[in-house]
Amino acid sequence: MGSRKKTILISVVILILMLLSALIIKIPLPEITMVPEVVFRVGGLPIVNSFIAVLIGDFFIFLVVWLGTKRMSLIPQGAQNFVEMIVAGAYGFAEDVAGKENARKYFPLVMSIFLFVLVSNWMELLPGVDTIGVIHKISEGHGYAVSSFLGVQNLVAAPGHYQLAAFARTPSTDLNLTIGLALISVIYTQVAGVRTLGFGYFKRFFDFSSPLNFFVGLLEIISETAKIISFSFRLFGNLFAGTVLLFVMTFLIPLFLVLPFYGLEVFVGFIQAFIFAVLTLIFLVLAVSHHGDESSESSESVPGELADS
Amino acid sequence: MSLNLEFLKFLGAGLAIGLGAIGPGIGIGLVVMGAVQAMGRNPEAAGEIRTNMIVGIAFAEAVAIYALVVALLLLFVG
Repeated sequence: MGSRKKTILISVVILILMLLSALIIKIPLPEITMVPEVVFRVGGLPIVNSFIAVLIGDFFIFLVVWLGTKRMSLIPQGAQNFVEMIVAGAYGFAEDVAGKENARKYFPLVMSIFLFVLVSNWMELLPGVDTIGVIHKISEGHGYAVSSFLGVQNLVAAPGHYQLAAFARTPSTDLNLTIGLALISVIYTQVAGVRTLGFGYFKRFFDFSSPLNFFVGLLEIISETAKIISFSFRLFGNLFAGTVLLFVMTFLIPLFLVLPFYGLEVFVGFIQAFIFAVLTLIFLVLAVSHHGDESSESSESVPGELADS
Repeated sequence: MSLNLEFLKFLGAGLAIGLGAIGPGIGIGLVVMGAVQAMGRNPEAAGEIRTNMIVGIAFAEAVAIYALVVALLLLFVG
């Protein structure tokens, strides 16, 4: 029974700390904007904070892969083991979804998308992202007062005229990035379709053999366009909502309450990266497989009915 | 007048995402129900079913995403 008493005691202490922190510590709510802030300009070219975060994420991926491939040996050790584990596991999964031939062709693109989106998503969990930056004066809207602590300026939760423009912003909460990724995915799907099937690929969009087929072709065009919207806004919406959730929870109760939501965001970040990559792979496989009744034997493992609508 | 418009904007955004999330919520529930039942009946196929389930969830979720787009447009753009 001793351990049970201990658990209750710890829970009560945590609850009291949460309540006290809500009463005593007042923190300002970060500015919630859809538009990333410009940090500095290089000859008129604005460098926004999500771009800086993208560079950090890319650097991290390059570092891990460089460490993993620096001294390659037949019996992998250390970092090489780690990288091989990830790539081999993902490759096996891609073969399950797409079949051997397609997996070999399209795995590099899909895996790059997966790793990039994963790192971009998980960047929202890092301390300092969205919180360290330049304090600037705003002319309108909700602002906070500024105080100085050990020579470092920070916002305090009192009405004022200042807001923070962070150095780094979670890249996936920038609509430009997600639309860019969606365009890469959708356009490459068309390119792969033309490359494999020749110009017969466009028969699925413009089919004049019967009125019904013509209408189906129109629907195909619409669904192809809607893919860009759903790809980009799925990633953006989930991550934007996630960051706002973390902001607001920390704002309401500064201690402990936000921890379960961090766990949730780890999960959401992984799932969204996974969905982006797997959907790209499935659409690629659908694009390069023959349309309609003349389906080849390799399309056996393709979950085609899912993506037909 | 401008206050009224502001009020309607917030109301519209809330209604858009709130009502728009009902359908996908039901849809995702049905997808997962079917997938879990299938996994219970055929545990060997669990991995494949799980992949298809996640992809199906993504398609159902896309509808909620459109509602979110409308809400964000109302709040930040319009």
